[in-house]
Amino acid sequence: MATEPLLDATGVAKRYGAVAALKNASLTLRPGEVHALMGANGAGKSTLVKILTGAIPANAGRILVRGQERDIRSPAKARQAGLVPVYQEPSLIPDLDVLSNLRLTQTPVEPFRHWIKELGVPDLDLRDLARDVPLAIQRVLDLARALAVEPDVMLLDEMTAALPANLAERVLDVVKRQSQTGRSVIFISHRFVEIAALCDRATVLRDGATVGVVDIEPGIEEKIVELMLGAKVEKQRVAQKKATEGAAPVDGSTRIAVRNLKVGTKLQDVSFDLKDGEVAGVVALEGQGQDELFAALAGSIRPDGGTIEVDGKAVRFTHPVDAIEKGIAYVPGDRSEALAMQQSVRENIALPFSAAFRNWGPIAKRREDATVQSAIERLQIDTRAQREVQRLSGGNQQKVTIARWIAADARTLLCFDPTRGIDVGTKQEIYKLLRQLAGQGKSVLFYTSELEEVQLVCDRAIVIFGGKVVDVLPVEIADEPALTRAAYGLPRDAKADVGILAEPHAAPEAQP
Amino acid sequence: MMRILRQQGWIAGLLVLFVLLFIAARVIQPSYGAGDFGSLVSAVLPFAFAVAAQTVVVIAGGIDLSVAAMMAVTSVTAAALMAGASEEFALLVVPFVLLMGFALGALNGILIVVTRVPDIVVTLATLFMLQGAALLILPAPGGGSADWLRSLIFGTVPLPVLPAAVTAWFPKALLLLVVLLCIVWIPLKRSRLGLSIYAIGSNELAAFRSGVPVARTKILAYAIGGLFGAMGGLSLTMSTGIGAPIPGPYLMASVAAVVLGGVVLGGGKGGLLGPIIAVFVLRLARTVLTLLAIDPNVTAIVEGTILVAVVMFGAFIAMRSRQS
Repeated sequence: MATEPLLDATGVAKRYGAVAALKNASLTLRPGEVHALMGANGAGKSTLVKILTGAIPANAGRILVRGQERDIRSPAKARQAGLVPVYQEPSLIPDLDVLSNLRLTQTPVEPFRHWIKELGVPDLDLRDLARDVPLAIQRVLDLARALAVEPDVMLLDEMTAALPANLAERVLDVVKRQSQTGRSVIFISHRFVEIAALCDRATVLRDGATVGVVDIEPGIEEKIVELMLGAKVEKQRVAQKKATEGAAPVDGSTRIAVRNLKVGTKLQDVSFDLKDGEVAGVVALEGQGQDELFAALAGSIRPDGGTIEVDGKAVRFTHPVDAIEKGIAYVPGDRSEALAMQQSVRENIALPFSAAFRNWGPIAKRREDATVQSAIERLQIDTRAQREVQRLSGGNQQKVTIARWIAADARTLLCFDPTRGIDVGTKQEIYKLLRQLAGQGKSVLFYTSELEEVQLVCDRAIVIFGGKVVDVLPVEIADEPALTRAAYGLPRDAKADVGILAEPHAAPEAQP
Repeated sequence: MMRILRQQGWIAGLLVLFVLLFIAARVIQPSYGAGDFGSLVSAVLPFAFAVAAQTVVVIAGGIDLSVAAMMAVTSVTAAALMAGASEEFALLVVPFVLLMGFALGALNGILIVVTRVPDIVVTLATLFMLQGAALLILPAPGGGSADWLRSLIFGTVPLPVLPAAVTAWFPKALLLLVVLLCIVWIPLKRSRLGLSIYAIGSNELAAFRSGVPVARTKILAYAIGGLFGAMGGLSLTMSTGIGAPIPGPYLMASVAAVVLGGVVLGGGKGGLLGPIIAVFVLRLARTVLTLLAIDPNVTAIVEGTILVAVVMFGAFIAMRSRQS
């Protein structure tokens, strides 16, 4: 018999009500390997990690640790079983000093000191509050804390995402050495270069199920992308034609010009133009800075650098009202962010434009009614449940969030994943509506996590990776495989092996 | 050194405020001295326990509105049990009442954890329940207290080596307060439970991921709050010799002192010393205002103003130090 797997999970499933987050995931981890866990957004990676580390219980499935069934239904028990996670967000308690954080998880201090030195953080006072330690260093401390207990299996979720290059390199180096001592690492990353440099094998998830386990070897990226997308690659060909009809040639004047925009650590350096009469798609994996980009354009956070020009004039938004005055409206994917759920459809639609033409005082009722009515008709909102927006279906709620800005006559819509969790019919109507708006000379910036939407709605796709624009694809070639490849920071024509495996550390910085 | 100053700066500030108020009291009334300090301490005693109870719960990220009712119910229980009973019987009553406070506090915690009803609602409900229970136990102020218990808080600590003029500044009530708070707080602060209480108050998700049993910790925090509440109830019975079923003004005072003492509502930050000094400051401020013969209603307005002003000032200082 070959070496017994350290961790063997089969048939793991997790349901949230009617939604299956994980249907049939499996993962086998050999001793001493670094194993990549991959999958597109929503494939179930983080659910699987949470189950393996005891943060949530599975509904079905069998998890063996060193061949034995262990109870891992709480983080403490998973820890005892030798499964130690390092999560994407730091899990140090902000109001305790570093030393107390170690005591809380019963981490020995001397090995911890050793590891933080190894990881390149020599001058750390353990009496500092975790709150006062910079975020990137906190992540490294998280890792050192995990290393110090010498776990059998370490789960690293996007470990290097928020790290500067020099720290990231040290981290990868330490992880690599860790595997040489017979311990194993589950490594989640969106960066192919890291996976290529570090991992031995990869498990690929799609729609909550494991669809393949591959050895990492040169040229494997294509295979992994294929596995992540599955049958969607075929389906795409049909949709492509439909899109090109809708996409009007763009020669409007520049509405918004973004130059070298920088927000926090997530959004590094983004420049693009949004023209009148255009729907520009934004494509990015989760957490690549798109949230910050939209928030900055909508005026809800202030950028740290770069400029935003609207109609050729530089603007500095300090409050969403500044953006709204310039005719820029934000449509969030999460409807509850935008709507007053207990108010009526009319009130919700009227809110922004009533606020626009008068600040205080009585509302011009008749004028309001007319505008609201025309917006409702235009979007065919099902108003049987007029009283409270919360009784509408998700699709109709989303229509209300768009309708209110049409009623307010916004010239630019910033749609952040507006079709998330709504039915197919309403999605089609929203696509049509956005195209119509563009036809009238309005502009739309459209972030979507469903890549097939790009060719249905957009005129081009701006791809952001690691806080930078890595590619701008014309709609004709922006099919799902191409977008996925670009979103993972792979070069556009990476059909063959282009040697990214050969230069593991150089590639991410080399991206434009 | 800088760190100690930064961490303890708030407490040092409160101490300075206390000393200033004390000087003010002496200026207004030159005879204000050791005896008055003694009566200040006995007046503060039940407040201090209420504050301790609230502090533990608030650090854990909760709030306990039932503090005053808890003190009333434990006070009348003790008074009813000790009425006409022997001196030795009180030796059983004290641990029983403390246990009762612990259990009732735990009940608060269990209700919050199991029903997932917000803490403010659950403890408001138990406030009413405990109020009713207190009136069932003793419909009117009454009952009794063992003499040895009462003698614990009256008079001063006799220290043979020191002259009486010095020992006059060490009332027994202060000793009792310090000893009882230390017995519970110091071991707690040094244990993993204590860390866990801070952890769940600071960031519940991160605490959960660090392997902290969040539900159990929360229940224990409320239970320890109940224990302090029971001590407060006992101190009421000890000082008055009877039990009163109607809760005193301890709830609002406890929240005020917790905030003034540098504990952040929302949890995770602060200690016990700050709120305890803060409750002394608040009571002394009231005394000073009384000495100035200010209308008691105006006194309440001034107290409220002090609270907002001091907390605002503290936030301002914190902001400035973060910027620099």
